[in-house]
Amino acid sequence: MSVGLALAMLLLLGGGGYLLGRQRGVAFVASEGTSVGAVHSRPGYHGAFVAILALLPAAALLVAWALLGEGLIAREVLAGLPAGAVGPSELDREAFLSEVRGLVRGDYAAAFNPNAEAAAAAWKVAARRYGLVFGLGALALGAVGALWGWSRLTPQFRARTRVERMTMILLVVASLVAILTTFGIVASLVFESFRFFQMVSPVEFLFGTQWSPQTAIRADQVGSSGAFGAVPLFWGTVFIGAIIAMVVAIPLGLMTAIYLTQYAAPEFRKVAKPVLEVLAGVPTVVYGFFAALTVAPAVRDFAISIGISNASSESALAAGLVMGVMIIPFVSSMADDALTAVPRSMRDGSLAMGATPSETIRRVLIPAALPGIVGGVLLAVSRAIGETMIVVMAAGLAANLTLNPFDSVTTVTAQIVALLTGDQEFDSAKTLSAFALGLVLFLVTLALNIYALAVVKKYREAYD
Amino acid sequence: MNDMALTATAPAAAAETTLKMTARDVRVFYGEFEAIKGVSIDVSKEDVTAFIGPSGCGKSTFLRCLNRMNDTVAAARVTGDIRLDGQDIYSPEMDVVQLRARVGMVFQKPNPFPKSIYENVAYGPRIHGLARSKADMDVVVEKSLRRAGLWDEVKDRLGDSGTALSGGQQQRLCIARAIAVNPEVILMDEPASALDPIATAKIEELIDDLRGRYAIVIVTHNMQQAARVSQKTAFFHLGTLVEYGDTREIFTNPKETRTKDYITGRYG
Repeated sequence: MSVGLALAMLLLLGGGGYLLGRQRGVAFVASEGTSVGAVHSRPGYHGAFVAILALLPAAALLVAWALLGEGLIAREVLAGLPAGAVGPSELDREAFLSEVRGLVRGDYAAAFNPNAEAAAAAWKVAARRYGLVFGLGALALGAVGALWGWSRLTPQFRARTRVERMTMILLVVASLVAILTTFGIVASLVFESFRFFQMVSPVEFLFGTQWSPQTAIRADQVGSSGAFGAVPLFWGTVFIGAIIAMVVAIPLGLMTAIYLTQYAAPEFRKVAKPVLEVLAGVPTVVYGFFAALTVAPAVRDFAISIGISNASSESALAAGLVMGVMIIPFVSSMADDALTAVPRSMRDGSLAMGATPSETIRRVLIPAALPGIVGGVLLAVSRAIGETMIVVMAAGLAANLTLNPFDSVTTVTAQIVALLTGDQEFDSAKTLSAFALGLVLFLVTLALNIYALAVVKKYREAYD
Repeated sequence: MNDMALTATAPAAAAETTLKMTARDVRVFYGEFEAIKGVSIDVSKEDVTAFIGPSGCGKSTFLRCLNRMNDTVAAARVTGDIRLDGQDIYSPEMDVVQLRARVGMVFQKPNPFPKSIYENVAYGPRIHGLARSKADMDVVVEKSLRRAGLWDEVKDRLGDSGTALSGGQQQRLCIARAIAVNPEVILMDEPASALDPIATAKIEELIDDLRGRYAIVIVTHNMQQAARVSQKTAFFHLGTLVEYGDTREIFTNPKETRTKDYITGRYG
């Protein structure tokens, strides 16, 4: 049974249920009158109630079919084969089934396994039969649900309350999807990291200063023993994301916010704020090639001109500068919010003392807004250290533990990309180390976010 | 003292020595809207002058002209002539920073800075460089807090945040803050309207103590308060100054029917 047919069926059930329920509601109104309380719920709620009772069981059955259907068919097809037609191993069976599926879809003209043609025919028969069973089942179930719901309707039936509750449940389920997905991601990170830490000790990973993830594929390979000391990566991440980028972003972002909130004419602010927000929406890959093609060579030429002869064309400085520019709108928007949240009376109080606007900003507004600004900066740091595209393109992959901003460094995110792109064996320490890096990154940004939001929230409460 | 009631159109000159601020034909526009329609008034040195009138009559707007706080409202435009000791405060030569040091202001809602009590009071003197040393500053802070009647309550916790005080204490802290720069005029914009009756009584007492040392202009919508604390009262209505004169005169024998109707509770 096709998806389109299933949807059409659900639509039919839902629409039909709605019309039936609504019609009954209209009839109630006709007999009981329109005064408040004569009929508990408006006809639309009666309709929605019946529609939900028709849709839910039918949809549940169709979802079950989508999840289980293929397995049921495969089992029946395999059971119908002559003995010995397929090899005993799981792999043989999978290969055979994928061939059968290909034949059924018409992807293959002929099959390798002589039994596949017959199996494909059997598959089609089984699929049609199961589809019919589940389709009719869903239709019947929906009809039963609709009838049951319809039979419960009375003028005083609280259809509205029930529909509202079901709406709420629907919303809760929708929000759970995002939360559960997050938990799933964390679980997979933790699980794969655990496998990695069985091969490499956590102490070496967290405190080692040598990062060279090439492991020997063959026993006789030379020079690729694999070293998983991630300190150079952590340092590179902090150096680019939390130091260089913030040196750029904090002053510029803060000054932007101060200008926009305190000095700019309302007309200018009306234009400048959205423009800044658009800047925040530029895809990071665009910043990435700007960093790699424009800024990095300029930084290298500058380094050579001041006598650093071994300057690399990929440098921490180039990546950090561009990342800082990328973060400016973020910092300025957070600082803007924090400054705007300082009550106007505070500003008036200072001005009325004879303070100049800049004294007012330095001595009253910024101290008052500081928690909000700090929170914003922490969120910005957390974004910067999780940023990938710019560092992949402009910072390089050499895991150097260096203070020289003209040197090439690498970050956690850039290494994860490098470790997982291309053909990799999935059970090597090299590949698995990406998960351990991801886990560390996740934990650090999570902690930063929680702390920053707590700071911002506490500050909001102070002025509400 | 000249006891004659002044009117909007022809204010009688008060005796030369007591005049602190004068306003002639002051108009304030918010865009197209004329909020103050030609107000003329004299403020004397020794008195507490009260501005009364129903909400939206322009009394606060006019008050904010006297230290040019309306400059901070982008849409507001002020015309007319306002003088402090004979000096035009809207002239280009007048420095607004110095003006506001001479004409202090206390707001309707207490607005202490989120700093310590000490730093709140020291804020103005620091900005204007009034204290040469820490010891000087200590003296200024103590003197201001004493004058504001707050010293005994806070002397042991000057390092605590100003925002941690009660509403009435916060307002007295704001008065101490205004006093600390040694202004000549103090403008008070409904200073007790956010306070409970006991805190209000303390503020009124304080205003009475400060009278004579500073020229005080107070906006209030509480007529009993105006009667209690002020010597001169100006009644504003719909952006015009309806009547101005001795407080006793205004409350017992108003010349204008609108004033009479307002103070007898007919409207407002």
